[in-house]
Amino acid sequence: MKKIIIAASVLALSLPAAFAIAGEASNEALQKLIASSWKDPNSKNPKGAKPDWASRLTQDGLQKSCSTTRNSPDNATAERIKADAKASIVYPEDGKFLGDWKSGEKIAQNGRGLRYNDKVDAASGGNCYACHQIDKAELAYGTIGPSLASYGKLHDFTDAANKATYEKIYNSHAAIACSNMPRFGTQGILSIQQIKDVTALLMSKDSPVNK
Amino acid sequence: MTFRSLFGALAMAACAVTGHALIAERALAQDDAAKGIEQYRKMMQDDPFANPGLLYVDAGEALWKEKRGTKNVSLEGCDMGKGPGVLEGAFAELPRYFADADKVMDAESRVIWCMENLQGLDTKPIIKGAFSKRGKGGSEMEFLASYIGSLSNGMKLKPQLSHPKEKQAYELGEALFYMRAGPHDFSCETCHGVSGTRIRLQDLPDLHKAGVDAQKAIPTWPAYRVSTESVKTMQHRMADCYRQMRMPKVGFGSDAVTALITFLAKQAEGGEINVPALKR
Repeated sequence: MKKIIIAASVLALSLPAAFAIAGEASNEALQKLIASSWKDPNSKNPKGAKPDWASRLTQDGLQKSCSTTRNSPDNATAERIKADAKASIVYPEDGKFLGDWKSGEKIAQNGRGLRYNDKVDAASGGNCYACHQIDKAELAYGTIGPSLASYGKLHDFTDAANKATYEKIYNSHAAIACSNMPRFGTQGILSIQQIKDVTALLMSKDSPVNK
Repeated sequence: MTFRSLFGALAMAACAVTGHALIAERALAQDDAAKGIEQYRKMMQDDPFANPGLLYVDAGEALWKEKRGTKNVSLEGCDMGKGPGVLEGAFAELPRYFADADKVMDAESRVIWCMENLQGLDTKPIIKGAFSKRGKGGSEMEFLASYIGSLSNGMKLKPQLSHPKEKQAYELGEALFYMRAGPHDFSCETCHGVSGTRIRLQDLPDLHKAGVDAQKAIPTWPAYRVSTESVKTMQHRMADCYRQMRMPKVGFGSDAVTALITFLAKQAEGGEINVPALKR
């Protein structure tokens, strides 16, 4: 029995190692391809952009995990991703999750920010309508993400739902590992105040989303 | 039809298209908008002279045959994969491996190679201006890609994957397609991984699997884009997706772009070439 366990654990250890070697070989070719195709990015793109251009070509841990598993991580990886994402969330100092829904609507409509043709120091939008239905009056909405129409009403306007919504916008991987949605807070795309404003758009009783 | 009256008709068509796009974007419900654009596209296709992209084809033919560069020769001796000067069906089999350059090339990077090596042209300004600005009437690359592509119209896309470098390009293209990166964590697959989705009102082809979506989307570049009133090429499509993905500017004709196009051509295998098509 002991032998079987040892054999099984050796097999379990050696399998990922074999994959890693195969992955590294093609990864080396991929890194070479990237370096030759995006030459000297920091001098060929607008100065002062954050994150800087060169760093955007290097994947972080989450990006690597989600790319290699094609967004279907195994359970252990998924739990680790969720825990890391949760730990990255910074909460509002005043403890309030709902900002100004009118400002939230503007952020949801705005798709500018962080591209090489965007102003480096202007605040980015969230571009929520690109993927989600939100206020039903806006007909030009995308369908990559779920509809968020009547979101607050459907969640009974609870405090817990306010918090969960803020967390999902801040880092959606805390809820769904390898989600398609950008990590708006963790990656610094939106400020805490902007995330509060978008949370209000979805959760506030006054918001047209819930009318 | 004289050239002048043809041009007038084209200008009117362009205005009608622009107006229609605005109405479609701002006023109509999304279903009506999609139907409207589809109807307009059909009207344009039914009348082959109504596609402004045809002017690009003619300009491309003239450029192809013009003697230029330090060697004062035309591009007619350029081997696009079917032998020097053979353009019929060449586009349908690109990207492919070229022994003289020892690399895989798509239509546009191959034209650049021929300009440099056959004609002795300085391609720096041509690459710099490859993606024309609105209202500037097109670039040399847009003209030439439209012309070369049009000579495969009606043929089926036949990806070349027998050479080891073609296989490697395909594999790297596939890896790039799934590579999430940048501040937004986007990969190509983020938007092109599920059939029937859209960004705002723009329908998205599902390119993560081989089939109809890819067959419709891929062999129809270069295309006359109604929204920008100009022909855009496959190089532009890839570069502009990377811009929206918040990545730095990718090199024109770079190996990453060729790899992606090689992967996408395989997904679109069997799709019918229709260049320059009409797109939103």
